[in-house]
Amino acid sequence: MYDDTRLTEGDVASMNTKISAKGVDVFYGDNHAIKDVNVEIKDKTVTAFIGPSGCGKSTFLRCINRMNDTIDVCRVTGDIRLDGEDINDKRVDPVQLRARVGMVFQKPNPFPKSIYDNIAYGPRIHGLARNKAELDEIVEKSLRRGAIWDEVKDRLNAPGTGLSGGQQQRLCIARAVATQPEVLLMDEPCSALDPIATGQVEELIDELRQSYSVVIVTHSMQQAARVSQKTAFFHLGNLVEYGDTGDIFTKPEDPRTEAYITGRIG
Amino acid sequence: MSVAWLLTALVLLSLAGFFIVKGRALASADGDRRSLHSLPNYYGYNAMLLVFVPAFFVMCAWLVLQPILIGASVSSEFSEQNLTEDMNMSLVMSDVRRVADGLDQAIAKGAIGEDEAEEVAADLDGLKTLLSSVGVVLGSDVSDDIVASAQDYRGMAGTWSVIRDVVVLILAVAGFAYAWSRTNASFRARNTVERAVLALLIGAAFIAILTTVGIIYSLIFNTVEFFRLYPASEFFFLLEWAPSFSGRGGSSSLGVLPLLWGTLYISLVALAVAVPVGLLSAIYLSEYASPAVRGIAKPLLEVLAGIPTIVYGLFALLTVGPFLVSFFGDEGYLGVNWMGGGTAVMTAGLVMGIMLIPFVSSLSDDIINAVPQAMRDGSLGIGATQSETIRQVVLPAALPGIVGAILLAASRAIGETMIVVLGAGAAARLSLNPFEAMTTITAKIVSQLTGDSDFASPEALVAFALGMTLFIITLGLNVFALFIVRKYREQYE
Amino acid sequence: MTDATTPTPKRASLLAVDERTRKRNAAEARFKIYGIVAICVGVLSLVVLLAAILSNGIPAFQRTVVQVPVTVTQEQYDAAESTLFKTKEYEGLFVAALSAELTSAGIEADISSGALERLVGKVGNNLRQFYTANEVQLGQEVLFEVPAASRIDRYFKGTLAVENITADNRFIQPQDLDVAEAMKDAGLMATVFDWNFITGVDTGVDNPGGAGIGASVLGSLLMMFVVLFLALPIGVAASIYLEEFAPKNRLTDFIEVNISNLAAVPSIVFGILGLAVFIQYMHLPQSAPLVGGFVLTLMTLPTIIISTRASLKSVPPSIRDAALGVGASKMQAVFHHVLPLAAPGILTGTIIGLAQALGETAPLLLIGMVGFVARYPETFLGGLEGPNSALPAQIYNWVSRSDAVFTEKAWGGIIILLIFLLTMNIIAILLRRRFERRW
Ligand SMILES: Nc1ncnc2c1ncn2[C@@H]1O[C@H](COP(=O)(O)OP(=O)(O)OP(=O)(O)O)[C@@H](O)[C@H]1O
Ligand SMILES: [Mg+2]
Repeated sequence: MYDDTRLTEGDVASMNTKISAKGVDVFYGDNHAIKDVNVEIKDKTVTAFIGPSGCGKSTFLRCINRMNDTIDVCRVTGDIRLDGEDINDKRVDPVQLRARVGMVFQKPNPFPKSIYDNIAYGPRIHGLARNKAELDEIVEKSLRRGAIWDEVKDRLNAPGTGLSGGQQQRLCIARAVATQPEVLLMDEPCSALDPIATGQVEELIDELRQSYSVVIVTHSMQQAARVSQKTAFFHLGNLVEYGDTGDIFTKPEDPRTEAYITGRIG
Repeated sequence: MSVAWLLTALVLLSLAGFFIVKGRALASADGDRRSLHSLPNYYGYNAMLLVFVPAFFVMCAWLVLQPILIGASVSSEFSEQNLTEDMNMSLVMSDVRRVADGLDQAIAKGAIGEDEAEEVAADLDGLKTLLSSVGVVLGSDVSDDIVASAQDYRGMAGTWSVIRDVVVLILAVAGFAYAWSRTNASFRARNTVERAVLALLIGAAFIAILTTVGIIYSLIFNTVEFFRLYPASEFFFLLEWAPSFSGRGGSSSLGVLPLLWGTLYISLVALAVAVPVGLLSAIYLSEYASPAVRGIAKPLLEVLAGIPTIVYGLFALLTVGPFLVSFFGDEGYLGVNWMGGGTAVMTAGLVMGIMLIPFVSSLSDDIINAVPQAMRDGSLGIGATQSETIRQVVLPAALPGIVGAILLAASRAIGETMIVVLGAGAAARLSLNPFEAMTTITAKIVSQLTGDSDFASPEALVAFALGMTLFIITLGLNVFALFIVRKYREQYE
Repeated sequence: MTDATTPTPKRASLLAVDERTRKRNAAEARFKIYGIVAICVGVLSLVVLLAAILSNGIPAFQRTVVQVPVTVTQEQYDAAESTLFKTKEYEGLFVAALSAELTSAGIEADISSGALERLVGKVGNNLRQFYTANEVQLGQEVLFEVPAASRIDRYFKGTLAVENITADNRFIQPQDLDVAEAMKDAGLMATVFDWNFITGVDTGVDNPGGAGIGASVLGSLLMMFVVLFLALPIGVAASIYLEEFAPKNRLTDFIEVNISNLAAVPSIVFGILGLAVFIQYMHLPQSAPLVGGFVLTLMTLPTIIISTRASLKSVPPSIRDAALGVGASKMQAVFHHVLPLAAPGILTGTIIGLAQALGETAPLLLIGMVGFVARYPETFLGGLEGPNSALPAQIYNWVSRSDAVFTEKAWGGIIILLIFLLTMNIIAILLRRRFERRW
């Protein structure tokens, strides 16, 4: 059933730890959404978060680049480290953190600007280009990485909102890539896409793995199996099981995991 | 019978109709309400509506038409006999009405009896003293002819009022009779009543159209009249506004441009205050402020919107004007002497700007909140700061809506009256100095129509042409702004 | 895609904020400060406005009075009544009483008729009116309280420019102020609450201090009465039709566009409408609250219709379905179920519309509601038809007069206007709180 897992897990173990979370708890007001989660996310690896709806996958993902700071009622405790540095340290500027930990959202959300400006937005605010030529180069490179260059190279000045849903999502991925992050967080990036666009994005994720650590939240077990090397299963705010994707899907240790992947809960 | 009594009679009749017909309906079903088609009350409502509604509408129409028709008849008689060259028909008619009114009032107050009115009218001086004793002052040019016409007028009005009362009451009774005759157990009273109520509801909705028609009619009719007396080309292109009050036409210069300039200049100053302050407050309140700050600051700003414009007018004239003079005026703290008096473009503009702050801020607040959170997340998620997100993502996304809001605010500013009447000054000027007094379209509408000048003169009629200009400008702005705002809302729905 | 493997540049530690981020954060802080400044500007304007109103308006509610015990005997009364200049005679009696009080208080002052007029004004008529009405009081001591002259009043309120007073001033002279101070110390003068300002009527320029706002408040209330009785039923009826019954077609679209445009038409245009249609064409009386009410009705209708439709819309369709499901007609469903549920919202909207109408001035100027109204109407109908003023129009009228006392009255009038508006808004808020329902 999971034969189409394209990558073997062998090489994963050798990678360094990129992100390590210890004892993370998240509260929305009184709602305890994440309960004591410990996880180590490897570099140059695709890690999938799976679990039933409302179990806290998005919430945990948003902890990693401190997007939860933008929610007033949200309170995060625990220790999350990026390359060994505590991201919740008072000295850390979330803006700098997010430049290194980019994010792609469930619904494509291009800015109401031209395609070019959508991509150039990040490099401009982070000052990654010294001149127009460099910026052009970054834009082209990002669009190529987003596997959308060929479709839009003739209409870079057209509004980004005018693209199809799948194109918009790839544009958003390209936009995230353009800031040259080290980690890419993706929250159900394919849920609004058709199978063909999904295939394109999955291919893209696989390529992005060469240079980034990618974390992807997905509701599709097939997708998790196809694109990820590591999988984490969340249930009711707990991290139930975390391990190599092949192991999780073939010989889950926890009965809840087994129930979930065989379709009995969720 | 006075109108009030007639109305009371109608109400009583319709109530009586309600109970009588309801009783008849029950009786026709031998007291068993289950065999009636509708609830007994509906039979009563049916009678009530039939008694009241036709009679009431006839009465209203009569009240409107009677003075117009009688006036026309009296004036046509008058003009056949006595109208001399230099008399103005509308002035004569207003005198006729005033004398007639005065006599009516004198009788109502018991100063004279009904039958004495005839005699009193024969003696012109006696009449004047009598009328002034009841508070009606007559001009010097009231002639015997006018008094005679006034007597005619009163005679006709008296006769026709009696006829009116009779007709209205007959209608009411006829309505009752009709309701009575139709009432039996199988009559579908509910359906009839509901159709009638629906018709009344539709009628109410049409009042909105009637109002617009009334506005357009009164503007166009008098504007056309004005352009007959005064060349349109001068109104539109003359660079001077100098109405004369003694002469008729001719010597007046009634160019709209200086007023338009004053209007636009003041509105511009107002927007220059209101747009940045309103927009920035809206941004702060919707993106940064804690709920507590928002809960206090937002209502405080909205209080500004609830304050009547006359208050702002007073504030401009008596507080802001003198304050500005103390800086920019002769011997002011700055020693610049730019400002001659308290009333100026700056005074009116600043105060109007304050008035518009909540208008801009609450509209922008709605519009900024309509920008989807996903858009903000997208920007924050790749490491933009909040202000970068606002300036480069939220505001461009909200731009059409904000432009719409600013246009609505501009239309408000252009149509604002009391602040400029009190704060801007009375002199029409084409000048760039914002510390000079200037005047606006609205201020001149007020001054041209509240002076003593004759209604038929171009000096008064020009107010309608100004009103037309104002109406067209604000309507254009509103339609355009509402269109933009609606377009914008649809985009994010 | 060969470049996919290019390694990302090694970044500096997260813990150290780099130069660029520091700059961006400074821009962020600046932007935030702009917002705070903007809000402060708005709130400050409000504070200054309210301070100006209160500081200028409160003195209008106070009045300096002269309090003198006077005893007039039957003989003095008969003697005064038999002379030709009766008020002069009474004035003499008042001066005598006042002089007696002054001497007993040890105040040196010459109370000739000129000085009396500068201090108190003409009092003879007050006395005469009192005694002709209350002959039983003859022979007893009566404490007369008469308003002090307007400049004395302003002196105590601190709005009189004392340094400009010269000895040749007809209205006030420097020594008068000393006398006034002494009288105040001796309890012969006092500052009291001016009920007359609230209940009184407008006065001419010869007696600015006596002007009151009562009649124009009544005029405004009469207009609000007309507006309430016309705009509420018409507005609710129109909204019910548009929201519940109207088919979606060109005509109803046109009505809707019409209403939203009418809501934004400048108020002065409604004044022009009133002038042309109600006065020029229908010959309804000028300056009458009835006509003012008509004009304000047309002006508030769009507001009421818009808010009524919003509250009708907020009643969930399930309520209508439930009523229709038990066999009610559509009309019954609306009138029995939807309308009662929407009523609080409708009332709130109506009160806010009324508040708007109450403060509106410009259209009233055009239909002549700035008349000088020196007495209360005698009957309700007479009040509707007869000439009257309105609260904001009266304020406007007072500002346009040059006397500083009238200016003070105008500020005072604004306080009263704002008290009305505040009350109405509080009622609206309470209604909303009390009946607010979440479906
Ligand atoms: N902004 C918020 N405010 C309050 N509670 C929230 C917020 N966002 C999420 N929650 C709560 O936190 C819990 C976890 O939500 P989260 O969005 O992380 O779930 P999820 O696993 O991503 O679900 P899904 O698969 O449906 O996206 C839920 O109980 C949810 O109600
Ligand atoms: Mg989620």
